[in-house]
Amino acid sequence: MGDHHHGPAKGLSRWLFTTNHKDIGTMYLWFSFAMFIMGGAFAMVIRAELFQPGMQLVDPAFFNQMTTLHGLVMVFGAIMPSFVGLANWMIPMMIGAPDMALPRMNNWSFWILPPAFLLLASSLFMEGGAPAFGWTFYAPLSTTYAPPSVTYFIFSVHVLGLSSIMGSINIIATVMNMRAPGMTYMKMPLFVWTWLITAFLLVAVMPVLAGAVTMMLMDIHFGTSFFSAAGGGDPVLFQHIFWFFGHPEVYIIILPAFGVVSQIIPAFSRKPLFGYDSMVYATASIAFLSFIVWAHHMYTVGMPIAGELFFMYATMLIAVPTGVKVFNWITTMWRGAMTFETPMLFCIGFLVLFTIGGFTGLMLSIAPADFQYHDSYFVVAHFHYVMVAGAVFSMTAAVYYWLPKWCGRMYNETMGKTHFWISFIGFNVTFFPQHFVGLAGMPRRIPDYALQFADFNMMSSIGAFIYGASQILFLYNVIATIVAGKPVSDEKVWDGAEGLEWTVATPAPYHTFETPPTLDAKPAHA
Amino acid sequence: MTSQTSTEYETYYVPDKSKLAVCATIGLMLSIFGAASIMNDMTFGDPEAATSSWSIFWIGLFFFAATLFNWFRIAIKENIEGLNSAQLKKSYVLGMFWFIFSEVMFFFAFFGALFYVRNLAGPWLASEGEGGRMNYLLWEGFEYTWPMLQTPQEAIGGVANQITANNGTYQSAETTMAFGDAAAWYKWLPLWNTIILLSSSFTVHIAHMGLLDGNKKKFNLWLGLTVLLGIIFVFVQAYEYYEAYAHFGLTLNSGIYGSTFFMLTGFHGFHVLMGMTMLLIQWLRSVRGGHFTADDHFGFEASSWYWHFVDVVWVFLFLFVYIL
Ligand code: HEM
Ligand SMILES: [Cu+2]
Repeated sequence: MGDHHHGPAKGLSRWLFTTNHKDIGTMYLWFSFAMFIMGGAFAMVIRAELFQPGMQLVDPAFFNQMTTLHGLVMVFGAIMPSFVGLANWMIPMMIGAPDMALPRMNNWSFWILPPAFLLLASSLFMEGGAPAFGWTFYAPLSTTYAPPSVTYFIFSVHVLGLSSIMGSINIIATVMNMRAPGMTYMKMPLFVWTWLITAFLLVAVMPVLAGAVTMMLMDIHFGTSFFSAAGGGDPVLFQHIFWFFGHPEVYIIILPAFGVVSQIIPAFSRKPLFGYDSMVYATASIAFLSFIVWAHHMYTVGMPIAGELFFMYATMLIAVPTGVKVFNWITTMWRGAMTFETPMLFCIGFLVLFTIGGFTGLMLSIAPADFQYHDSYFVVAHFHYVMVAGAVFSMTAAVYYWLPKWCGRMYNETMGKTHFWISFIGFNVTFFPQHFVGLAGMPRRIPDYALQFADFNMMSSIGAFIYGASQILFLYNVIATIVAGKPVSDEKVWDGAEGLEWTVATPAPYHTFETPPTLDAKPAHA
Repeated sequence: MTSQTSTEYETYYVPDKSKLAVCATIGLMLSIFGAASIMNDMTFGDPEAATSSWSIFWIGLFFFAATLFNWFRIAIKENIEGLNSAQLKKSYVLGMFWFIFSEVMFFFAFFGALFYVRNLAGPWLASEGEGGRMNYLLWEGFEYTWPMLQTPQEAIGGVANQITANNGTYQSAETTMAFGDAAAWYKWLPLWNTIILLSSSFTVHIAHMGLLDGNKKKFNLWLGLTVLLGIIFVFVQAYEYYEAYAHFGLTLNSGIYGSTFFMLTGFHGFHVLMGMTMLLIQWLRSVRGGHFTADDHFGFEASSWYWHFVDVVWVFLFLFVYIL
């Protein structure tokens, strides 16, 4: 088929029919941003209702639909696809490959996502309303008591799983098979490593989630009794299966974020990453441990004491490799020639806030203490520190860091820094008070609350509006950059950046590394 | 573009833009939308109104299947045209391997459910071990046995006496699928199915050996035999289901025993059907199209791995669903 030195096709067909990893990466990134806005809008409804005690804006059933869809859309629609988009863009460029290993399947993995979310979102307009059983969809809420839209929810989860599995298989095949000669495993950039391990996790647990929703489907429509004690099943079985997926899932979300941070911190510290090998081993041990800690989400369901203890100690063990990572990032910065451009600011924000989230995680991992914390706003605070300040901050950092390489234009640094500070403040104003109301006993997923929580909740809501608004600045900055940013043409946009992606032209040509680069040689060209 | 072409390098074939993904998406989404609507009509609505859902489902499924057919046809054509470098072939190998791994994990969820129910939840419902007061409060008189011949609901005298809600009534089986009459062991279908499926793993292996020797006649013969054994398996399994429903009172409604039995064997059977179709297509490719040589036969090899996987799952099923 000879000539591949052509540019992209014109018009819509470029995007619909593309097999180019950069096009597909771009689509993932824009799609995930759209979902981020949609999930954010749901969050605004939640925070508006919680602005004051009492019922003001929405009725409780709708409030529950909002918390459910907010969680589902953010986890499956915003965070996960955004990192898959980043993987698509960066992995081939980082390992010197011409494209992803299986380009047509790559396109398919993307295109099934938008209709799946359309199906999920359309459930808002169905009879009985959208799913209202929380993003964790515990049975029997999601079976016996579910609205009819649950069936569409189940099938859209199937499609999301299919997309993730195909995407991960593609990443595994690319990393294992497409590295340029001389790019040994232990020379791979850390982002590639973390994604490889994430992809293994995805292939292992997405099918388990598919199993869980299939059992729900059968219980609802075909009379089985997996989650019904009357037939000899057990609702707690649902929680076990869900969290066997769910806990690795939270590491699926955070490991690529670790990878991003491990790329960016060395670049702006102008030092190589401290402890590369230990980073790889720490990532692998986190992934392994994530399979044996799932029931720390279920301390209060009435497990045997041996189970409580096992899951408690196993959970605490994860703090060790996580600590190794935090230590390495800090040590990388130690005595570095640091500068604080926007990507670095977001990474430092990540580092501080993720560590706080790790500590609250450690508090939650103590089974007897969790009897108090469980299902309170303390848990909400914990996981927003790790997911928003962890995953979303690092994703934002990644966009600022690689955007000049993608489009050959520099973003507005002042606006970027402003975005960071507003996000940082807005985020903390939103979620820090939630630790206090949580410890004081405010339950999560409730549209009304006792009067003594009023002040902190108002703070939370104001912070949320600030954080939400700051994303408009982000969107504006990105679009302004693409349309009219200051052109950059240096291959290396950041003087401290290392890696093959900085050896190709800026903006990155449509096809890169059609001939594998020689690793130490200078400008490999497109 | 000046390129310092490394001498030994074969170009990795990156296909041009392609409509396959979008067509497959349309087919898939239509069929699942149809399927979901059918189920909702059935459970929440008016079963009579389901006709349009059925049409959407069938149109989508047909479109999806046709797209996949075309997709594989194109992939095969590319290979025959010599576009696939050794490196690209390795990508296909990795793709198939990790796909099978994901299937393993899907079954793992159902086996996990089985173990959990049999070893933990079931005994707890009967107040054994850590079960505490559950039995006294909710399911008084329920005793745990496996296979479960009386559901907790039946133990307390039916749904009317139940404190908690659920999706309906569960009526346990009169007879289970477990091995019963030693004198009439030859009437026990699972045993025959085990023999059939295990031998089919051998026959597919012999076919592979034949192909490696360049003996296409041997290959076609033994591969054909494998497909035949697969078909027989499916028929025996279907007959077993008929027996379960017609004579044993064992249905999807028979409490957790029926649930796990039908879901595990059902998904396995579905995978046998898929594997068999894959092998049948390879057989047709070989017999009619003259495809496959001793050193280029990935389509067959991938299908045979899948077949072995399906076989291994059956061994676990035989052990944990039928025997133990
Ligand atoms: C230091 C490591 C961590 C530990 C020890 C830890 C521990 C815990 C524990 C014990 C819970 C259950 C709390 C409860 O429901 O009572 C929990 C909840 C949660 N954690 Fe973590 N966690 C850690 C890191 C993370 C990371 C990195 C993420 C994601 C990026 C994450 C996401 C979540 C989520 C989403 C929930 C709440 C799930 C829900 O019920 O909706 N955690 N964590
Ligand atoms: Cu967890």
